[in-house]
Amino acid sequence: MDEKELREKVVNDLVSIAPEVDPTVLEHDKPLRSQVDLDSFDWLRYLVTLHDSLGVDIPETDYRKLTTLDLLVAYLHQKLTEQKGA
Amino acid sequence: MIEFKLPVLGADMDEGKLLEWKIRPGDEVERGQVVAVVDTAKAAIDVECWQAGTVYRLLVQPEETVPVGTTIALLLAPGETVPTEVATTPAPPAPATKRRPPEEKPATAKVPATVHAAARARISPAARKRAKELEVDLDRITSGSGPDGSVVIADVERRAGKKPPAAAGQESRGQQMRQTIAAAMSRSKREIPHYYLAETIPLRKAAEWLQAKNAERPMEKRVLMAVLLIKAVGIALQRFREFNGFYRDGAFRPGEGVHVGIAIFLRDGGLVAPAIHDVPEKTLDELMSSLSELIQRARAGSLRSSELSDPTITVTSLGDTGAELVHGVIYPPQVAIVGFGRVEQRALVDEEGGVIASPAVTATLSADHRVSDGHRGALFLAALREVLQQPEQLA
Repeated sequence: MDEKELREKVVNDLVSIAPEVDPTVLEHDKPLRSQVDLDSFDWLRYLVTLHDSLGVDIPETDYRKLTTLDLLVAYLHQKLTEQKGA
Repeated sequence: MIEFKLPVLGADMDEGKLLEWKIRPGDEVERGQVVAVVDTAKAAIDVECWQAGTVYRLLVQPEETVPVGTTIALLLAPGETVPTEVATTPAPPAPATKRRPPEEKPATAKVPATVHAAARARISPAARKRAKELEVDLDRITSGSGPDGSVVIADVERRAGKKPPAAAGQESRGQQMRQTIAAAMSRSKREIPHYYLAETIPLRKAAEWLQAKNAERPMEKRVLMAVLLIKAVGIALQRFREFNGFYRDGAFRPGEGVHVGIAIFLRDGGLVAPAIHDVPEKTLDELMSSLSELIQRARAGSLRSSELSDPTITVTSLGDTGAELVHGVIYPPQVAIVGFGRVEQRALVDEEGGVIASPAVTATLSADHRVSDGHRGALFLAALREVLQQPEQLA
């Protein structure tokens, strides 16, 4: 999966959790949870959804680093590349 | 004869519109079975019956609106036979002449419920309602995107090819929701002499314990801090019964069991606070799965009558993006609400007098002065604080 496909997936999964979001107005380099109203429960559900669809495990200690869509995509991209290499 | 009445569905819901019967005359009803779907200003509710029996007669038709407390069906108690004035044969099919009207309407107006139940995924009451508004044939939706593949509003709207916000029906739902919240909260502020207390609770031990526990687990089994806080409230309440129960007819009645109402914001606006039953008896894992199921069903518009009528106290937890603290408004006839602000790093003073950074939360108690005083309230918050310093005992 290249980065563009990955980004599409990350946005689609977000819309499945928060259906009211218009993906075209999201700013990928700005804090996600101030643009999209995700409470702690939604946030966990979003990360679990990504885990299920991509097979990437995200340790809880990494949750707080993933503040923007750009960071999330880069993180997942790196994990997927590592998995492929292993 | 058992008179089955439309149950109370919360302080702000005094009437309901019958959407659908899930039973028909002659059916055996088990305790706790969902027998009807009733629409209220806040949501479509699955109404449960808490007495076992055999359905004798349905007294209200779909689309009829009746006040809570109205007898909507008659059931024969186990062993009871059909009353003599109508019975020519003693078996349940006896009221055959009476059973036609309630049966015919669902058969023509919509697909019989029994077919749905047997054939495929569950359909949320709200989705069913929306399907009717949009004239969508539910039989054409074979699987849904809700919990366990249930069909939710979004599936119906997708089928109809409509975008949700445009519909006039939904806007009025939002307005109705606001009105019912306003009515309950106005009543609360008018009738309940609130007092308010706050306490900062260090969560270093709880956070470390939870992190270690979660690190060993797959993502979907991880437990949120909010669950620990809810369990701690349940445990602390066992020693402070005056915050757990109802104020009715000029007197306090302690709750049987601790059923914690969880304030859940709905994505399309509004708020509901359905109960997780018997919180102190549940494990953290059980509470986590109850909570996630409850949130998803609340947002899909699929709650049960007991979840709305049973809460003995409410907890509002703002989570990690909320404000620092919240002073809750008591949901009548309850007598207290516990609020948790954002969990975050704070500068606290440790036992040696040094300043340390530690995760902490500000817990608040709003309680009813007709039932308790601030002195007991402060003791309750202190107990809550102590319970959270021994997280391993909350497992």
